[in-house]
Amino acid sequence: MGPISSRLVAMESKRGWAAILVLAAIAIFVVPILNLAVPEGSLFHIPTFWVTTLGKYLAFAILALSLDLIWGYAGILSLGHGAFFGLGGYAMGMYMMRQIGERSVYGNPDLPDFMVFLNWDSVPWYWLGFDQFWFAALMVLAVPGALAFVFGWLAFRSRITGVYFSIISQAMVFAFMLAFFRNEMGFGGNNGLTDFKDILGFELSRDTTKVGLYIASAVSLLIVYLICRTVVSSKLGRLLIAVRDAENRVRFLGYSVTNAKLFVFTLSAMIAGLAGALYVPQVGIINPGEFAPAKSIEMAIWVAVGGRGTLFGAIIGAFAINGARTYFTAAAPEIWLFFLGSLFILVTLVMPQGIVGVYKFLRSGELIEAIGRRLRRGDA
Amino acid sequence: MAMPEPASGPDAVTAREPSILYLEGVSVSFDGFKALNSLNLIIRRGEMRAIIGPNGAGKTTMMDVVTGKTRPDTGRVLFADDVNLAHLDETDIANLGIGRKFQKPTVFESLTVFENIYLAQKTKRSIAETLFARIRGEQLTRIEATLETIRLTERSADLAGDLSHGQKQWLEIGMLLAQEPELMLLDEPVAGMSDAETEQTVTLLMEIAKDHSLVVVEHDMKFVRNLDCTVSVLHEGSVLAEGPMESVQSDPRVIEVYLGR
Repeated sequence: MGPISSRLVAMESKRGWAAILVLAAIAIFVVPILNLAVPEGSLFHIPTFWVTTLGKYLAFAILALSLDLIWGYAGILSLGHGAFFGLGGYAMGMYMMRQIGERSVYGNPDLPDFMVFLNWDSVPWYWLGFDQFWFAALMVLAVPGALAFVFGWLAFRSRITGVYFSIISQAMVFAFMLAFFRNEMGFGGNNGLTDFKDILGFELSRDTTKVGLYIASAVSLLIVYLICRTVVSSKLGRLLIAVRDAENRVRFLGYSVTNAKLFVFTLSAMIAGLAGALYVPQVGIINPGEFAPAKSIEMAIWVAVGGRGTLFGAIIGAFAINGARTYFTAAAPEIWLFFLGSLFILVTLVMPQGIVGVYKFLRSGELIEAIGRRLRRGDA
Repeated sequence: MAMPEPASGPDAVTAREPSILYLEGVSVSFDGFKALNSLNLIIRRGEMRAIIGPNGAGKTTMMDVVTGKTRPDTGRVLFADDVNLAHLDETDIANLGIGRKFQKPTVFESLTVFENIYLAQKTKRSIAETLFARIRGEQLTRIEATLETIRLTERSADLAGDLSHGQKQWLEIGMLLAQEPELMLLDEPVAGMSDAETEQTVTLLMEIAKDHSLVVVEHDMKFVRNLDCTVSVLHEGSVLAEGPMESVQSDPRVIEVYLGR
């Protein structure tokens, strides 16, 4: 038997760490410098629009990581992760809403516009505290976490697994969409929350604020990646894979499957909430559309395309599909949905391990061997 | 009432010979079908017991009841004379010290052989302990010893999914050993094994039986004979006969329901 360090598996290979370091340095330092320090006419200048677009992708990558953590490792396919993403986004949106103050259309310093419109006298109790950033930041994690904990506890305790879990998670996000569409809920109904002015005192319209939000997203992605990597390479990570492979065996070994799933599902929901909170200030709006079931399904496609159970694949998938969307919706909007649909079918049929799986296959030399075999057969 | 009910209360329990597993009047029915019919079964501490019986005799249901997968409709199930298993779930029962091997070998296919044993190894089972766990030296030694016992040292770094059927059976037995249970329940441990593997398994189980109580459910008569232990014959959910293999085999009732066919 080979030497085994105190840690079960190394978190990353040396090459892996090098790749992370380079990518993080590019994302955190090079992109902002190319935007802020390089003059606009230059070939190397990155327009602010692209910085914000990249920032959006970074938030999506965080969201994809959260899904890969539960789906790729513990085998829990949530088709309702948009609920956690949306709630995180709403929590941040509520904070920015309260920051608008007198600059709103109706000019009421104490009430957001839509509440004035509804003839409300004061903010409802669940809006209290959201004028403080620290409180909103806490809620970004706490609300999705608490929802996931309760939802997960009910589902996992009753041993709802597989496709049944996927369906009820989808039902949950659909319920959120219907609820948030209602004006009386107090979250702006159909229109959601928008028209934000600033965050932590920085004007959202300024380029430096946009770059700041982008950097915050990049740093968050790095931290979330490291957290996820720590979890999956720990003994608990092995246990999650064990749960995916043979849930019953895990129970008969004396581990609580419910607790293991609950831990990872709650962690995942909090990460998704963080992603939502980073996304909303960069796009400037949050509305019930984020709870649309189709959006939650699409998140699963990102992870599947990138390659699940790899973490890195989730990031690649989120960038690849959202990049393709940006391109197609500008160049050929009518074929975008066809493209997305056929991509999912293609990935499921031809590359079940996603992009990362294809890369591993190419690197393993199996393809070259296969070609070699065919050539030799041709010679004979 | 002045008269205490017999066979209940602590006195009745301690009056018996100390047992590791005690089933009394256990019945389970599924949609009217009586899988277990007032089953009585006592396994002594340190004993190896083989359980045979035709299909549908209730062998697997008996294991399900003991390990918390199925709740008995009536009857008592006691572990080590004083723990009532009837209301505990699988996880609690596993942590009490009862290990179970499934009929179909169940290992974690996308983990390595080593990792399978590592997860099974007796440790604190909480989420926090598992998240921050590090392998210590003596733990490693014990994993290596277990791998040695189940003859999989060479395969330690391979994925469990790549093992042969027989090796998966051994790996699962190894996982049970690593759990350090007092009582091991093995459901058809030699199913799908070659003759050579079956023989090796007999040796392995004899070794394990030295310091564990064992209950083995098996169809393979030759294997059961080689185990050289008390045999209980189950039929229609209750024990039909019990004793050494020779006497059980010559019992006319057993011959009629099982061996004779």
